[in-house]
Amino acid sequence: MKPAPFRYAAPASLEEALALKAEHGDEAKFLAGGQSLVPAMNFRLAQPAVLIDLNGLDALAYVKAEGGTVRIGAMTRYHTLQRDKTIGSKVALMAEALPEVAHPAIRNRGTLGGNLSHADPASELPAVVLALGGTLHARSKKGARAITAKDFFVGVLTTALANDELLAEIELPVFPPRSGTCFLEVARRKGDYAMMGVACAVTLDAGGACSDVHLAYCNAGETPVAAPKAAQALKGQRLDDKTARDAAEMAKGEIRPFGNVHASVDYQRHLAGVLTRRALIAAYGRARA
Amino acid sequence: MSHKVSLTVNGTAHTREVEARLLLSDFLRHDLGLTGTHVGCEHGVCGACTILLDGVPVRSCLMFAAQINGKSITTVEGLSADGKLSPLQEAFRDAHGLQCGYCTPGILTTMTAFLAETPKPSEGDIREALSGNLCRCTGYQNIVDAVKLAAERMSAKP
Repeated sequence: MKPAPFRYAAPASLEEALALKAEHGDEAKFLAGGQSLVPAMNFRLAQPAVLIDLNGLDALAYVKAEGGTVRIGAMTRYHTLQRDKTIGSKVALMAEALPEVAHPAIRNRGTLGGNLSHADPASELPAVVLALGGTLHARSKKGARAITAKDFFVGVLTTALANDELLAEIELPVFPPRSGTCFLEVARRKGDYAMMGVACAVTLDAGGACSDVHLAYCNAGETPVAAPKAAQALKGQRLDDKTARDAAEMAKGEIRPFGNVHASVDYQRHLAGVLTRRALIAAYGRARA
Repeated sequence: MSHKVSLTVNGTAHTREVEARLLLSDFLRHDLGLTGTHVGCEHGVCGACTILLDGVPVRSCLMFAAQINGKSITTVEGLSADGKLSPLQEAFRDAHGLQCGYCTPGILTTMTAFLAETPKPSEGDIREALSGNLCRCTGYQNIVDAVKLAAERMSAKP
């Protein structure tokens, strides 16, 4: 199908984009890579009256390492992130997840900010940003506000962004030494949405026991879903097959998958258990390396 | 309200007035008459409408014509020159890499960019690169063979 008519605006500056959004509110949509919004418009599931195209705003596309964090501009495309050396070395969890996001032609357009703002719980990157404990920086005509990843994802396709706000920057912490991460998913076909996916980060103390563990899942509920109880239970523990299995069993109870035509709820939980165990062991090995 | 766009398609400059909601795929087909770009699903899944935007493959059904001012586009019509097929196109003919041909333009543009970036791909690389393009005739086997053949021929040339 074809999109319903709309007014197209291509602002030349962030300030101009924010002014347009403040003026039109819910009637307006920001257009980032368009790989989710344009299909929704073609189906007329989305019919914004005003489309504010951010693709001319080169100032919103960057990756910067600063102190203990990496800052990513919202308009940075997956393709760029996948090839970025800073992401590869300092945000390895994201680098590992990116090749699983759709197909090359989609990754050439899709952006990190667009992905997170779309808040599809089946998508990989919300789970990655949640596992990393990222901070999402929103901008509006009125000012700026920081939102933790935990608070950002509110529901299916719903974020904490107000109707005059734009997600402008994603700030990700760089894990300390003796940390390892792993992203694993099971999809029916390369590039499809995962039936289940896990983003995992493990930090070890000097004695080799877990001092910090993060687990987050995609396609496991209305938002990216964390498993804080399983992560907490591993603290002070050494990771081995037994402790990884126990944590995986706990995590299976913490997620809230819906089930679908390709995977029942039971099967999704089963996958979560298997993937959690494998991801923990892999992240542990990388933390020790 | 219409928007003026100036762009280059297959080396030729064009300037047109377009309505905001006109998809790039429809602009290429209806406004420029370049019907080699096929329209399948119109939601980014099938890959038939894939074109090269400044050299990289993108879905033309997921962009608006109003967005492409100043850009350079290559469609399947631009892959051959002076009536001579590209090595990839020749390999598709020789290896019987198509049957009905509906998906072929999107596959050719996708794999042209893939081979430029990956001159010596493994079969696994080829299958992964093809995963975003649906073909309902061939079972993909001959498409994979065609891409392999093209890679061999292209890397054999000095």
